Amino acid sequence: MKYTEEHEWLDLDGDVVTVGITEHASEQLGDIVFVDLPSEGTTVARGDECVVIESVKAASDVLAPLDGEIVEVNEALTDNPGMVNEDPLNDGWMFRMKIADPSALDEFMDEAKYKEFID
Amino acid sequence: MDETLLQTPLYDLHLELGAKMVPFAGYAMPVQYPAGVMAEHLHTRARAGLFDVSHMGQVILRGAEPAAALERLVPVDVIGLREGRQRYGLFTAPEGGILDDLMIANRGDHLFLVVNAACKAADVAHMRAGLPGVTVEYLEDRALLALQGPGAEAALEPLVPGVAAMKFMDVAIFGDIWVSRSGYTGEDGYEISVPAAQATGFARKLLAAEGVMPIGLGARDSLRLEAGLCLYGNDIDTGTTPVEAALEWAVQKVRRSGGARAGGFPGAERILPEFETGAPRRRVGLLPEGRAPMRAGTAIFAAESGGEPIGAVTSGAYGPSIERPMSMGYVTSAHAAEGTALWGEVRGRRLPVTVAPLPFRPATYKR
Repeated sequence: MKYTEEHEWLDLDGDVVTVGITEHASEQLGDIVFVDLPSEGTTVARGDECVVIESVKAASDVLAPLDGEIVEVNEALTDNPGMVNEDPLNDGWMFRMKIADPSALDEFMDEAKYKEFID
Repeated sequence: MDETLLQTPLYDLHLELGAKMVPFAGYAMPVQYPAGVMAEHLHTRARAGLFDVSHMGQVILRGAEPAAALERLVPVDVIGLREGRQRYGLFTAPEGGILDDLMIANRGDHLFLVVNAACKAADVAHMRAGLPGVTVEYLEDRALLALQGPGAEAALEPLVPGVAAMKFMDVAIFGDIWVSRSGYTGEDGYEISVPAAQATGFARKLLAAEGVMPIGLGARDSLRLEAGLCLYGNDIDTGTTPVEAALEWAVQKVRRSGGARAGGFPGAERILPEFETGAPRRRVGLLPEGRAPMRAGTAIFAAESGGEPIGAVTSGAYGPSIERPMSMGYVTSAHAAEGTALWGEVRGRRLPVTVAPLPFRPATYKR
């Protein structure tokens, strides 16, 4: 598992990365009431606004961590956005994207570095 | 946290309770406690919530005829307000807008007012300048707590015997403790003014009562929005008239055209004709069809594409009790009828929204 400075987690399987937000991020956002997911098949560039999370406090963006194509989104979040608070690292995942170069993940933080980053 | 922020008498208790503090109207205030906004909101509706609203201004007006004097600044029947009763009011501006909204209580030989934190200094100056013969006493040394929800009466009665007999908008003095049966959530409940030095001890006793939980500003906002209540600075301000704001009920007949004491308050020339003619725009409830909240500033359109905005959202959030997003805003009067289908532009997309009656959730006041 890798982590971005935008508090996303990235889980690589072959050339597909599953993306979600960290426990720390979900705590900071507060109760999540709506997750606006991208369409499957969308091509995104690193830094593109991919997902909008609406919490009881405000709207926040989840950015595409890498260039790639959205191949799957977690439709369950449409009816149950609170899943992101309850289980951010598993059932609260947001989207899967196919990336050209899996080695691009190397630059992101591992768990130990991320823990340091949020402290 | 910015060290120039003011603190209420309950500041240390908030920290002890694990509150997340934010700046609000110049004060460090709890936006939420560890339970979180959603749980705090639902708890208030199910049991009882304790709010620190000590940032609000508490003012006493004394003089020969403070009620008659105050009618020069508010379009409210103050003279007709019976002793032991409280009423909602507005300070109006010469152009017809709203300078602040407030609560006015008749306590026999004086009036007791509660005004908004952000406006309190201006309100006091406004009254000192506009109420000759009246002493305007700003109370620096009192805290204000709100206890709201179906469990409020059972929690407060043992501490302040007698409050159970009060009805909605009654006010009473119990020694050092001043109570009104009112609030800002749509729930039955009380607002309780206590001397600053007693505030923490009093709050601790309430928190020890069955079912009472501390509630932050986050839930206070979603509770008041479900109840259809205006937030000064968002939903009403100097650019909105009472009729535009759908607050006609706050201007009693005796102060309207044809009434025995019609007019005589700032902006009457603009405000009173609107009771006959209507206003060009109106504050309405707005229910988005989807799950995306339409927050303050969201532009409202009459069509799915093209055209200029016909209005805008002034407050918008998710309603935990109604389990859907909700908004309040202004639309042109032609589009203000209940059930009118409109569109709100969220992140560049126009999403359907319907004009809906307020409140979104019926109040449960003890009448």
